[in-house]
Amino acid sequence: MASLAIETENLTKEYPFGFLHLKKKTSLEGLNMQVEMGEVFGFIGPNGAGKSTTIKLLMGLIFPTAGSARILDKPISDVEMHADIGYLPEQPYFYDYLTAAEVLDYFARFHNLTATDRKERVQRMLKKVGLETAGKIQLRKYSKGMLQRVGLAQAILHDPKLVILDEPMSGLDPLGRREVRDIILELKRDGKTVMFSTHILSDAEMLCDRVGVIVGGKLRGVGAPGQIVDMKTQGMEILFELKGTSQAPLVAKATRTGERYRLQVAEDELYSAIEQLRGAGAQIISVAQVRATLEEFFMNLVGADRAQASAIEVSGK
Amino acid sequence: MRRAGVVALNTFREAVRDRVLYNLMFFALLMMGAAIIVGQISIGIEQTVIVSLGLSAISVIGLLISVFIGVGLVSKEMDKRTLYALLAKPVRRWEFLLGKFGGLVLTLAVNTAAMGLGLFLVMIYVKHSLERSDATVFVAVYFILLKLALVVALALLFSCFTTPLLAILFTAGLYIVGLYVQELRDLPVEVMSPAMALFTKWLSYLLPNFENFNVMAMAAHGRAVPGTLILENTLYTIIYCGILLSAAAVVFSRRNLK
Repeated sequence: MASLAIETENLTKEYPFGFLHLKKKTSLEGLNMQVEMGEVFGFIGPNGAGKSTTIKLLMGLIFPTAGSARILDKPISDVEMHADIGYLPEQPYFYDYLTAAEVLDYFARFHNLTATDRKERVQRMLKKVGLETAGKIQLRKYSKGMLQRVGLAQAILHDPKLVILDEPMSGLDPLGRREVRDIILELKRDGKTVMFSTHILSDAEMLCDRVGVIVGGKLRGVGAPGQIVDMKTQGMEILFELKGTSQAPLVAKATRTGERYRLQVAEDELYSAIEQLRGAGAQIISVAQVRATLEEFFMNLVGADRAQASAIEVSGK
Repeated sequence: MRRAGVVALNTFREAVRDRVLYNLMFFALLMMGAAIIVGQISIGIEQTVIVSLGLSAISVIGLLISVFIGVGLVSKEMDKRTLYALLAKPVRRWEFLLGKFGGLVLTLAVNTAAMGLGLFLVMIYVKHSLERSDATVFVAVYFILLKLALVVALALLFSCFTTPLLAILFTAGLYIVGLYVQELRDLPVEVMSPAMALFTKWLSYLLPNFENFNVMAMAAHGRAVPGTLILENTLYTIIYCGILLSAAAVVFSRRNLK
């Protein structure tokens, strides 16, 4: 059994553009990444970072300019390996003249399943993604969220070892997002490997064993969400209520929302701050640690990248 | 091949659900109108008029479907991105192409067969008799189907590397040129330079020869079509389509999707 689900080596994709295609835009630059078997791997980055390009390269929808990749120990050019992969494209669109049940049955036919097995799986998948009552409606009448659910169903229909999802939460309402999260966790429990791309960091933090952060076509870091960012406590946040007004200096520093205040203090100043606030007549509601989030790490990278791009632009002028 | 068959059946289902076969109603109305009018204005040439009109209608309707749907077989799947989920299954790109081609040819076969049968019945109705040579109509319809298969293969090839509009123009242009291949072969070589003579000779063999499929006059006059021509045309279509589809597969296998 392969120890790595996905392995890329210097994977690069350039798109030619301009007159006679003489100019080149690099969408992905020398990607070296490994996804281990059985893990949930989040591929995070802003729009246009290279997430979908990487996934399309892995699925053989586009071809690399340089480098190589292997999935389940086989080169990505091996189409037969797709029998063990489930893929949800970004903003999926299917044959709108078919019903959800028909489109799932159509895709199931490529996986050597018997008619009985196909029928049973189609019904099970429709139920799993919450479409059992809409299975006989043509997809042209489906909303974006419903199409996303059909996309998810076709990706896991054949019980693949590896599931690659491109922005699986896109277009879904909160309930739909929760259902997708549950499906990803269920896949993990069943021993499947899941790689999904997202720009919604809370999803990645909640679901992933490891994340890879990609910005500007370059991989900026890979590791557990806690390793990627500095998990040291950056301070303590005190939430308190105060009726009336107070001249206490700490109250003046706090951020007020209605009758509630939020105050961030250093860890070693916590107890003296609480005493001062209680002395001023405040009622302490909660005290929580403040730590850097994946979002802050991500925003710092994007900010640094943009600053570098503007510096190059300015020096170019 | 099984996977190509799955794609073909879905392509046929798409054509049916997109109401492509509704053209049969137009054809039925045309034939009924023609049968009534021909019976009143022509004496002794009913068969000629009806068969010529019917075969022309079958050919034109088929050509419109072949060119316009043929060009969209691949480009529509790429534009709508329905191809993404499909190519993520264990399906090779050439299997997808073969399936799309097979699906449209199946649609055309059903369409032309229905129209051919309708034409035959109308012909019997206006003639008030049935002869063995009347079966030539079915040979003529079969030749139209072979011609349409070639047109679909051309449209599919062009749509693999150019825009749908250009693919339509190239396919239609090549079809028109292909109607005059025999004239190209018959050009007087004496007035041309040897190089030019060689070029036109090779070009005439390279271009698809659509003239060979035209047996309308024979069908209209109830003359039998030689068996060798049926065999030659069948083989010609299989080989030419094979070459065009192989070229399309080579181009498409290297194409980056959007």
